[in-house]
Amino acid sequence: MSAQHDAQHSPSFIGKYIFSQDHKIIGIQFLFVSLAFMVLGGFLAMIVRWQLGFPDKEIPLANVLPTSWNPADPAQYNAVFTMHASIMIFLVIIPILTGAFGNFLIPLMIGARDMAFPKLNMLSFWVGFSGGAVIASSFFVEGGTAATGWTAYPPLSADPQYTGVALGQTLWIVGVLLVGTASIMGAVNYITTIVNMRAPGMHFFRMPLSVWALFITAILQLMATPVLASALGMLLFDRTLGTHFFNPAGGGQVLLWQHLFWFYSHPAVYIMILPSMGFVSDIMSTFARKPIFGYKAMVFSLMGIAGLGFIVWGHHMFQSGMNPTLGTTFMISTMVIAVPSAIKTFNWLGTLWGGAIRFTPAMLHALAFVSTFIIGGLSGIFMASTPVDMFIHDTYFIVAHLHYVLFGGSLFGVFAAINFWYPKMFGRMLNPTVNLVHAVLSFIFFNLTFFPMHILGMGGHMRRIYDPTLYDFLKPMQPMNEFISVNAFILGGVQILFAANFICSLFWGKKAERNPWHANSLEWAAPSPPPHGNWGEKVPTVYRGPFEYSLPGMTEDYMPQDLPGAGAPTPGRTVMTPARS
Amino acid sequence: MHLLPEGVSTYSGRIDLMFYVILAVTGVAFVVTETVLFYFAWRYRHREGVRAHYTHGNSRIEVIWTIVPAVMLVFLGLASRKVWDEIKGHVPPTDQEIVVLASQFDWEVRYKGADGQFETADDVVVHNEMHVPVNAPVKIRLRSKDVIHSFFVPAFRLKQDAVPGLTIDIWVQPTKTGEYEIACAELCGFGHGTMRGVLTVMEPEAYRKWLSEQEAGVVPAEAPAA
Repeated sequence: MSAQHDAQHSPSFIGKYIFSQDHKIIGIQFLFVSLAFMVLGGFLAMIVRWQLGFPDKEIPLANVLPTSWNPADPAQYNAVFTMHASIMIFLVIIPILTGAFGNFLIPLMIGARDMAFPKLNMLSFWVGFSGGAVIASSFFVEGGTAATGWTAYPPLSADPQYTGVALGQTLWIVGVLLVGTASIMGAVNYITTIVNMRAPGMHFFRMPLSVWALFITAILQLMATPVLASALGMLLFDRTLGTHFFNPAGGGQVLLWQHLFWFYSHPAVYIMILPSMGFVSDIMSTFARKPIFGYKAMVFSLMGIAGLGFIVWGHHMFQSGMNPTLGTTFMISTMVIAVPSAIKTFNWLGTLWGGAIRFTPAMLHALAFVSTFIIGGLSGIFMASTPVDMFIHDTYFIVAHLHYVLFGGSLFGVFAAINFWYPKMFGRMLNPTVNLVHAVLSFIFFNLTFFPMHILGMGGHMRRIYDPTLYDFLKPMQPMNEFISVNAFILGGVQILFAANFICSLFWGKKAERNPWHANSLEWAAPSPPPHGNWGEKVPTVYRGPFEYSLPGMTEDYMPQDLPGAGAPTPGRTVMTPARS
Repeated sequence: MHLLPEGVSTYSGRIDLMFYVILAVTGVAFVVTETVLFYFAWRYRHREGVRAHYTHGNSRIEVIWTIVPAVMLVFLGLASRKVWDEIKGHVPPTDQEIVVLASQFDWEVRYKGADGQFETADDVVVHNEMHVPVNAPVKIRLRSKDVIHSFFVPAFRLKQDAVPGLTIDIWVQPTKTGEYEIACAELCGFGHGTMRGVLTVMEPEAYRKWLSEQEAGVVPAEAPAA
């Protein structure tokens, strides 16, 4: 198999790094593109926070920014937050979790040489990249970019007369459609690879939780994304061909969009968090030097979240005009979905219990993930309750909740994963001191930015308004808006530490050894970075699960999955002594 | 401690109570889990010569921490259901009816005129202001002319989307006179943030007087809006 792959590959730069079919290069391509979009998405967030904190003051750099980015113009404000969300969701979090880490980790962690369909994999990146380019191009067209929120509810999104945005919104639809197509291609590949290409001995229940999470995420993507694609197709036809799927004047249904959109986008919330849950589980087990607590419970709760995730979409629609009785059904299913989330949290705590915890940057981000996920999970119960949602729906309470899940959750999981797998990806170590500072400051300023938003929401502060001071009942909250904005700027600034470390370490970082964290899973058995085909002559054989840390009676406190023998390490095989710092 | 603003409808207190019940439950869960998290992280930090405790978990404790949250959550769901049914599940009988037509970026508020009928020439129509009597149920028929808006009166804890193509009936019984703000809670275009209205809750006497003054001002020749 390896020989066959090698033969297909030209050694040229373009074949190796641009139109690569190697899962690791494709993963790194997704990573770089997503990180670049993260800079843009974060920058847009800063503009939003400037406007909300200081609605009377002109934004700094106003004269160098494109005119379409000036939030003091209400139409542009809508465009800025719409693109912040669209970029962060469709072009950062989903591609970084599934595109970057799904690609890089799955074959390495299950002991495969590559994905099942390397060409499809390459196509997935380039279709996704085109989608990103189309979305980005919408900034530069007449009328500006999409301004209907990332949820693009029709009729607002279906007819240019309501927003004044013509081509920009259409490009947004086409772009998201392309990104969704890329997702589907990736999902098919991940599922096929995990089902068919596991190394000898890699039973399903010996897979690391990262692989389980990515596997279940891929199933979600495969089942949910086509629904979004069809909805986007209908919206595109409404805009361009004069169909009336969502136009009541022509017999269409406005709420149809919301059902289709949330049928995808609620599972998408889990697409955006499950992989992080997997990474964090593996990372916590590694640095607590302890088996993950309740491995099977962790797997089944992932399945539970994914399964229930398909029957809770209506909780986004409690106040939409949907039948209130249906609201009750969705409330109960939503309450139930908190149970597997609770199980995961308790098992993470169980993993820490009795551990020998090493505070690496990856571990700090994993702990931050658990801490913020607790808050994001608990705040979800408020909006699950239909009557309480009647008050807090579309307020900053929701903004707080979703950022606790997507920033505090998904993104801290991404930071943990980058810190953890960077040595394997690039063969170099990140500077740990800089990233420890980055982790601590991010956690502090994340909470200072987003926790007060709960309080704004309890005061009834609506989201998506460009000047809170226009309302008498919001005026007393303006100092808190300023406080949030200042902390958001610091939070944004802190990310420069991470970016600088990431870039500098690519060139000047300490060379990474094969298994710098003394971890068990298979990717650490490959060289750093792994060569094309990953495993040299022979794929590894798996003898046990990935969580055998601190096994009693052994000298070493870890036992790699591919290490032969049941008990003590086989003589002749060198196992590095864990660093005792 | 008042985390929530003053509520002035018959059901605002029940919504607030539900909020505080959830706050208490989640507050306890929050404090316990975060304390355990930080305590474990500190207590079980790596120390020279101390090895981690080798365990893969415990089935009994898994069952316990599955069932306890499940029971709590189903309880919260059932308690919420009662309040929800009362507010959105039905509209109490009342002859106080108001039709609200939302559009970019205006709340058109329509009252029956002297003939007691809607959609007739003597309808009283005002914009971005609404007057209702205190202590009586008011039925609001919510419509939208163009895009989705959301009728939000924070002081009533009332929020309902106005959807083109649908007429959605909601109700409220105000409990205190005064002026409150109406906001649009669903993104509806560039003027979304300015779609503000003023709601005045009046003594029944004052309300009737206000309405009759408006009736007197209606020009009968004006054709009713569709």
